[in-house]
Amino acid sequence: MNTQEALFKYCCRIGDNSLVLGHRLSEWCGHGPILEEDIAMINIALDQLGQAKTILAYAGEVEGKGRNEDSLAFLRTEREFSNAILTEQPNGHFGTTIARQFFMDVFNYYFYHDLHFSKNETLADFAEKSLKEVTYHMRHTSEWMIRLGDGTEDSHEKIQEAIDDLWMFTGELFKMDEVDEVLIAEGIAIDLNKIKGQWSAKVHEILTEATLSIPDENMWMQEGGKQGSHSEHLGFLLAEMQSMQRTYPNMEW
Amino acid sequence: MPIVFHTSNIYKILEEVKDPEVPVISIIDLGIVRDVALVEDSLHISITPTYSGCPAMKEIEEDIKSVLHEIGFDKVKIITVLSPAWTTDWLSKEGREKLRAYGIAPPVGTSVDKSALFAEPKKISCPQCSSENTKMISQFGSTSCKALYSCEDCKEPFDYFKCI
Repeated sequence: MNTQEALFKYCCRIGDNSLVLGHRLSEWCGHGPILEEDIAMINIALDQLGQAKTILAYAGEVEGKGRNEDSLAFLRTEREFSNAILTEQPNGHFGTTIARQFFMDVFNYYFYHDLHFSKNETLADFAEKSLKEVTYHMRHTSEWMIRLGDGTEDSHEKIQEAIDDLWMFTGELFKMDEVDEVLIAEGIAIDLNKIKGQWSAKVHEILTEATLSIPDENMWMQEGGKQGSHSEHLGFLLAEMQSMQRTYPNMEW
Repeated sequence: MPIVFHTSNIYKILEEVKDPEVPVISIIDLGIVRDVALVEDSLHISITPTYSGCPAMKEIEEDIKSVLHEIGFDKVKIITVLSPAWTTDWLSKEGREKLRAYGIAPPVGTSVDKSALFAEPKKISCPQCSSENTKMISQFGSTSCKALYSCEDCKEPFDYFKCI
């Protein structure tokens, strides 16, 4: 794999995580438990879609085959999407959404923090911008983890269940393959092993304060999303997200 | 070319372009215009987005082109610059006053370390009655750039242009 191919895939992984997570959050529009939280989730969704747009546009440039952010978002099939399986998991109840978002926010916070030092200027600039946004996302979801965990018996039970259910998808975030290796050698990508320790420490800190128990990090972890093997949920998500382009090919807004 | 090219002229003209979501402040007040340059016969305007997903950016780009077309610049290229990332520190003094007069509390202080969790201890004064006895309802508001506050004295809710 050459640098260009690896860089295209690397950008797609980052962009697909943001796009799929942003789409999932947008499903809450009009359904939030309270108005302020409805607005909050949609604000975060908007940031994620904006990040996806920026990085997928760059992925298209790197690839050099004339694809832009729209064609990458709307004209690829499930197997061509490379988001982590965690991001496509259904919203479930409010606690499930918050737990999923919290795991991703903490990951993105440390990820962008390091990517900011990438030798690839576009990635470094993108990371600098995204870090600002992810910082307040993480603050928001951390507050909710504590509030739900250290809240009522019911909220505690529900958020614990969400953590336990989603835990097996967290390992994939730190899995590296040839794409990472090629780009790490060039000083472009970052070493996810380093992020893993930081992620773990922050998750421990927040869950402990939230009086929640932390699942075993050495348990079996589901992976494959980065290489295009997804859970069944992504197909349904894309069917909705891409429905306009599938029904009216090449339509423009 | 209709007018003698001088960047200060262009900045002056760009003051006519307002933020579509907060129509009292211009893109110059917002501090999103990073550079103006004439490259051959084409005018290059570099702007930086306030937030990655801000839907106003597209409209702002169109508005910039339109005011410049009006004075005779047919070739205008908009360049998006991500670094250094936009910060509310770039909001002009006049811009802050215009926000307050419009009913939006301007950002307080500078956007230094925001990594500390749960930290929003600043006193935000109510744009209606100036009381500092206010509380945050939500760090997310009607647009990406605002948080929702309410005043404990005059009991009015208000938007706060949050600090990033």
